[in-house]
Amino acid sequence: MVDIRLASEVPLFDIVADSTEPKHLVTPGSLITKETGFMRGHGTYMQEDCLYASVAGVVERVNQLISVRPLKSRYHGEIGDVVIGRITEVSQKRWKLDTNARLDSVLLLQSVNLPGGELRRRSAEDELSMRQYLKEGDLVSAEVQNIFNDGALSLHTRSMKYGKLSQGCLVKVSPSLIRRQKTHFHNLPCGASIIMGNNGFVWICPTLHEDTAGGFVQNLETVPQADRQAISRLRNCVAALAQCKMMIYDTSIMHAYDASINAGFEIKDLLLPDRITEIALMVRKQFEMEKE
Amino acid sequence: MAEILLSEAEKAFIHHGVQDDLRCDGRTRLDYRPIILETGLVSNASGSSRLRLANSDVLVGVKVELASPLSEKPLEGRLEFFVDCSANATPEFEGRGGEDLANEICRFLQMSYMSGDTINLAELSVLTGQQCWVLYVDILILECGGNLYDTVSLAVKSALYTTQIPSIKVATMDGDQPELELSEDPYDTKRLNTQNVPCLVTLMKIGNHYLVDPTPEEECCSSSGVVVAVSGTKKITAVRKIGSGSLHPESLVSMLKTASEVGTVVNKILMTKLLEEERAGKTQKVGFMR
Repeated sequence: MVDIRLASEVPLFDIVADSTEPKHLVTPGSLITKETGFMRGHGTYMQEDCLYASVAGVVERVNQLISVRPLKSRYHGEIGDVVIGRITEVSQKRWKLDTNARLDSVLLLQSVNLPGGELRRRSAEDELSMRQYLKEGDLVSAEVQNIFNDGALSLHTRSMKYGKLSQGCLVKVSPSLIRRQKTHFHNLPCGASIIMGNNGFVWICPTLHEDTAGGFVQNLETVPQADRQAISRLRNCVAALAQCKMMIYDTSIMHAYDASINAGFEIKDLLLPDRITEIALMVRKQFEMEKE
Repeated sequence: MAEILLSEAEKAFIHHGVQDDLRCDGRTRLDYRPIILETGLVSNASGSSRLRLANSDVLVGVKVELASPLSEKPLEGRLEFFVDCSANATPEFEGRGGEDLANEICRFLQMSYMSGDTINLAELSVLTGQQCWVLYVDILILECGGNLYDTVSLAVKSALYTTQIPSIKVATMDGDQPELELSEDPYDTKRLNTQNVPCLVTLMKIGNHYLVDPTPEEECCSSSGVVVAVSGTKKITAVRKIGSGSLHPESLVSMLKTASEVGTVVNKILMTKLLEEERAGKTQKVGFMR
């Protein structure tokens, strides 16, 4: 019922870290290079012909461009990314979404599909009935279409796979842990579906069937017990991987899920610190075995 | 305490989960999230503790000072609580946003410690009617991740357990003014008996069931709840209703019963852990670096 541990008993989460050769890690204010001729990228600043880092992260060099990629930061959008956002505001002809970026992302009225799949110009009636479709608090999966001058993302849901999200569980992780893949929508074999937004929001829900009407109808029926258990277990696995700073993608999540089933952990046991490190170590071992 | 937005479908998912006794993270309705505890972090306080309950992080420091007792209670010392909701905890606490919550927690703690069953304040008396010990309990909320009342009460209990009150000798009685002499030895201290110090248990009502240790999402789905102060002697010393919804008297009675059972278990486990930490002796302090 209650688990109280002393701080000295809690294992270090970085025992799972890769012990390969250290990359060029920097902290704010540390010198990157004294050589001139380099172009300054994100996360750096120039002072008296020397290049310094302004964030804590890994130095990345592409030909003459030096930039520092921070380990934990707000989401930096790219065109084509899949994101999950929560509606914070309904404005004139647009919705504003919170996507863990520096600015609220924008979803224009003309960028969503109308019910029934009609293709027509949006009228004043459509504008007045915006709240009937998406209101404050709703979760939406969308794709980045464009980036405004001020850095705000313009999203669109012009495909049947995007749209309003129904029942499920949202896990927030750091955006740098989500790997860029060909597809971010996965129907996992354990009975749940997962959407990994590039902005760090991971949505776990009961298996999406092909016949759902593109996210206009919200299914509020009770989710069966087996599906609910799968969703809870996946949620805890994703949170465990995030805590140990491991990359999150469909293979790593399935390895963590299988490891937790094989080790016989109960779903709520996956919240304990030592179980989290055990799962992460098992996932790492599985990857090493697959490499051979 | 933090206002977060949830969609209708997410709320329905949480409601059904509570009905099936399987919450979003796999806990049952009466399970707590893992708690991490450490005492003795603040070296210039007489007693201190830091408690983390998942995302909620609370730091408590206890300082002892000599003062004159209240005129209506000349035989007792007293406890003064002060809660500071740091602006780091959540954006709502920016500026003076955290003051209301801080005052609420403060007042409820004061109420729960008022019963004679909890702590023997006569132990804090030095000279009847003239001098007594006052324990200033300062609570700093570093991060808010739901269920603040429980986290604060467990941290306060741990800090009081480790509080060391210096031994005092009344030296000469110089006419009316007695001279108090503090012991030379810094380790010559006494500790309070915190066996019966109350733990607060928050129960939030969702649908027809109530749950212990709600996450911020679950708090958002619920409209009413109670915070119950349960002492070590299985007695309830204070009750407070939170939220704007209403409670049926029958459900209130069953919630109080459950809170009393849960509070007793929490009290027992906490005392066991504190004893274990004391026996381990002077181990390396982990502190805030992890």
